[in-house]
Amino acid sequence: MILIWVALAFAIGVPIVAAAGSEQLAWRGPLYVVAGFAGIVALGLVLVQPLLIGGYLPGFPAYRGRRAHHWIGGTLVAAIVIHVVGLWITSPPDMIDALTFSSPTPFSPFGVTAMWAIFAVALLAALRRRLGLRPRTWRFIHMPLAIVIVAGSVAHCLLIEGTMETISKAALCALVLAATVKAMIDLQVWRKRRTLRGESTAPQ
Amino acid sequence: MTMVVLNRRYLLAAGGSVLAAGMSGLLLPARAEGLAPTESMSGGANNYRKGAPTVDRIGKGGFWMSGSVRRAGDGAPLVGQRIQIWAHTTEGQEHEPQSHGATLTDKDGKFRLEMPQIIPIFGQPHGHLAYDSGEFKTVFLRPVMRSAKETSLEAHFVLQPA
Repeated sequence: MILIWVALAFAIGVPIVAAAGSEQLAWRGPLYVVAGFAGIVALGLVLVQPLLIGGYLPGFPAYRGRRAHHWIGGTLVAAIVIHVVGLWITSPPDMIDALTFSSPTPFSPFGVTAMWAIFAVALLAALRRRLGLRPRTWRFIHMPLAIVIVAGSVAHCLLIEGTMETISKAALCALVLAATVKAMIDLQVWRKRRTLRGESTAPQ
Repeated sequence: MTMVVLNRRYLLAAGGSVLAAGMSGLLLPARAEGLAPTESMSGGANNYRKGAPTVDRIGKGGFWMSGSVRRAGDGAPLVGQRIQIWAHTTEGQEHEPQSHGATLTDKDGKFRLEMPQIIPIFGQPHGHLAYDSGEFKTVFLRPVMRSAKETSLEAHFVLQPA
């Protein structure tokens, strides 16, 4: 099903191309531009995550999908770091306000909350084996954080007036929400099960 | 038939409004009597450069920043007060010197300064204004434009003695 990949490429590619055509870019320094696009890419990666773990992407069934989910998670952390560092250098006082939840902009706390949730998931995922987290415990931690990440990212993005074109931005956000809800329903993440999707994993 | 419900909250509210109406009749100019000072806005002081020069226009202009400066309490217009203005515009980023300028209020306490078009920065099209001249308490404002397409923005100061 090549169609799914084409649709995904459009879902992420169209907002990026549309933002690349924004007249706002003319008034921004290179670092600010990179920081902004890192944010758009991060939102695109948030769309890929539930698609991978739900096994909806052809060529990435079960195990491979989960491996890719881990890698994309790491890439997401990198994109967020570029986003925050780039904005910090562009305007340190504005970034400090955002990180300390004292910003006048309504979208900042959503983004910062999602950022900490992403960092928490990435850190726990990296330490999961060492901490001996059982799949059920992991899911119990990861699912609420995943909801915070998705809801926070979408709210953050929608409230920003920047380079993103409004309709492609709203469409990407809607897809992120839809993919997350579908994956969570299909995987019945609220059910108590030992393993995800029934495939066997070595007991921790 | 209309039911009039009398309870404590209603009576307090009614009594309060009667009292307020009566007081305003006695004290003239009444409404200005209690004019509260403007609080600094969060993020208002971001990228402030102290002592921006008083200019006729910032850069090439095309955008108008205007407003008023009044005294807390009686609301009297404050003449000759220096208001500093800066923003991320088509001619420079917020922290850059060319993005900053100052102007003085006229005899009616009004000010108006032409500057380059403000563009969205950090997700909101906004400007910055400061009163920071010592005679009154320092106030930093950060008004947001309803749309990035607007070509003017207003901000109003009510100052209290330092």
